[in-house]
Amino acid sequence: MSAEIPSGAAEQTILLYAPRKKLYPRDIKGFFDSWRWALVWATQLLYYGLPWLSWDGRPAVLFNLVERKFFIFGLVLWPQDFIYLTALLVTSAFGLFLFTAVAGRLFCGYACPQTVYTEIFMKIEHWIEGNRAKRLRLDTRGPAGERWLRRMLKFSAWSLIALWTGFTFAGYFTPIRELVDLTRAAALGPWQSFWILFYSAFTLMQAGFMREQVCKYMCPYARFQSVMFDRDTLIVTYDEARGEPRGSRSKKADHRAEGKGDCIDCGICVDVCPTGIDIRMGLQYECIGCGLCADGCDSIMDKMGYPRSLIRYSTQNAITKGYTSSQLRAHILRPRVLIYAAILSIIVALLCVSLWVRSPLKVDIMRDRGALAREVEGAFIENTYQFQLINTDERPHRLQIIPSGLPGLMIASGDTVELPGITTQLFIVRLRARITDLEGKPAGPHKIQVRVESLTRLGVGVDDKATFFIPK
Amino acid sequence: MADFTSDFWNYYVIILTLLSVIGCGVFLYFLSRHKIKPGASPDTTGHVWDENLQEYNNPLPRWWMMLFYITIIFSIAYLLLYPGLGRSTGALGWSSTQQHVSELEKAAKEYGPIYAKYAAMSLDDITKDPAGLAIGQRLFLNNCAQCHGSDGRGAKGFPNLADHDWLWGSGPEAIKISVLEGRQGVMPPMGAALGSPEAVENVAHYVLSLSGSAHEATKAAAGKPLFAACAACHGAEGKGNIAMGAPNLTDKVWLISGTVAGITKTINEGRNGVMPGWKEFLGEEKSHIVSAYVLSLSKQK
Repeated sequence: MSAEIPSGAAEQTILLYAPRKKLYPRDIKGFFDSWRWALVWATQLLYYGLPWLSWDGRPAVLFNLVERKFFIFGLVLWPQDFIYLTALLVTSAFGLFLFTAVAGRLFCGYACPQTVYTEIFMKIEHWIEGNRAKRLRLDTRGPAGERWLRRMLKFSAWSLIALWTGFTFAGYFTPIRELVDLTRAAALGPWQSFWILFYSAFTLMQAGFMREQVCKYMCPYARFQSVMFDRDTLIVTYDEARGEPRGSRSKKADHRAEGKGDCIDCGICVDVCPTGIDIRMGLQYECIGCGLCADGCDSIMDKMGYPRSLIRYSTQNAITKGYTSSQLRAHILRPRVLIYAAILSIIVALLCVSLWVRSPLKVDIMRDRGALAREVEGAFIENTYQFQLINTDERPHRLQIIPSGLPGLMIASGDTVELPGITTQLFIVRLRARITDLEGKPAGPHKIQVRVESLTRLGVGVDDKATFFIPK
Repeated sequence: MADFTSDFWNYYVIILTLLSVIGCGVFLYFLSRHKIKPGASPDTTGHVWDENLQEYNNPLPRWWMMLFYITIIFSIAYLLLYPGLGRSTGALGWSSTQQHVSELEKAAKEYGPIYAKYAAMSLDDITKDPAGLAIGQRLFLNNCAQCHGSDGRGAKGFPNLADHDWLWGSGPEAIKISVLEGRQGVMPPMGAALGSPEAVENVAHYVLSLSGSAHEATKAAAGKPLFAACAACHGAEGKGNIAMGAPNLTDKVWLISGTVAGITKTINEGRNGVMPGWKEFLGEEKSHIVSAYVLSLSKQK
């Protein structure tokens, strides 16, 4: 980034903070570009589409923050299920580790929202302002009127997409059809308006203006993914042995005879790069592993009639040791990858099992603290409890409360309770045992177990522990 | 503001705060410019550690530095708007006390009409209103359940509110007075007045006989004439007196103990029961709703 200083010059001051150099990435078609667009479509159909799906007369995916209930198709998660979010994050982390160890920054290049939205916004830029050459000309010596007209057009198109993105985001937290009605009636709440506009503004800023700056200076994942690299990790590489010495040449000439490599030094790999680096300088921290330089180079190789893949996905070992493609594939299965894969599959399996056996009922039992116990008519010892019963299910349950752990322990209040779907309700429950049955038990607290079992759905129930106090 | 004992601290805070803010700006300006000696490479800072470890001079993006300047502008705006500079109260006049007061007002505005609606209803009407009872139950669980239990069925020394036996009288008015004003029930020690331990035990057996509980008939017969000493409060027939909270001894409801030993102890040492008044703490309207909930407990089944 620094300028050369002629020796012998006077003392000089440089700024430690540099202005951004605007990039004008060239549009390119090719194998990796197709994959990138396939992933743009896949991720964005998912993102924009999910809020519109319905399930049992409600949105299929809805995170209701006000009531703290999280609907994901047939599943209703409560704040008590927070552990699943942890599991999801751990799964994502190990997924990232695995993919990165195998093929470098795949996530950065293909699936990261920053990359995906930047790609969409660049495509729009390309449609409205033209290709790289036109954009450069427009910015430097084009007529100001046309420049501002096209900029306004581009900005409007970007804003529309950004607004739609923000609107969709809010649609994950308020049913999106409701949101449409509210918008039409101009009756959006302050928080709904804030999040729609905030998310839109951020999309516009990040994808329209910040772009590679986010990856280079702000994103922590970009930095720590390099820790997972080793010399067998697939990265976008330039085959230096084949390409060098680079230089321009006539298409008809035999460049080998001239002592030249396959690289014609056309610079297309730099022109197409969304982060503006030269891949021929080797692996750099700015490289998001998108492979567009490989697409660019292949198109030139085709024109020159040279074999493709001067720039390709390869590993450092493969380049230096000259692996064949089967040798390269064999090196994918190495301890690091196998360990990541094993951990990932264990976590995913555990997550699936725990979701499968998860009881839709939850109970929290609190024994009355102020009063220890009481003796009631008929020579019973009685304890009072507050049962906080939670039905996370959308179906109502008829529940039976079954205490155990002391001889003759029974329920004095009604032993079945009705619990409607998706509710949490407090029930006051009295447990008692005959004094004669408790003979021989020391005074003081005794551990008991309580099972709350559904009579509506067999096999569904939940257990909890409590204490029963026997007075002196 | 009386937080400072002398003017010195006021200026101390103002000067230190302003110096820090301005200092940050000055440092930022000068440290973002790096002087390079003639002939030196601008790529590194020139620092070398461990023989060959050098520090690069890679510049940060300029917008990053702008963020730092923005924090300085923000802090100055903040200090002008909010209290922060010594005694200054800020242009917005914000204070935590004022915020608390306005939140209380907001809550009163929001919940006031709900309580007002129930305050205008009779206790009997509220017992038929599930929403009102739900509010009553929450108030009861927070304020009354510590002694009376979450089901209101009491404990030793704390009356059962879910039966039909009332120390101070049944009915909405009596319950509401109990909640608002509290009650104090006093049983004086009667051992000395009755004379001997045998006399006390005889009276205890007589008291048990009143409700038809298990007792020794001869001792009860011996205790009957002595009960005159108790009749002043519990009445000649032992039916109690709601005017002073003297329990009815002819039912099988025992506030503290229904055994010979327990009753003997009660007679010898006396008892003192206190129900605190809730008027000050809960206020008239909440007390009204919680009274209705208590009334509903005794109406169950």
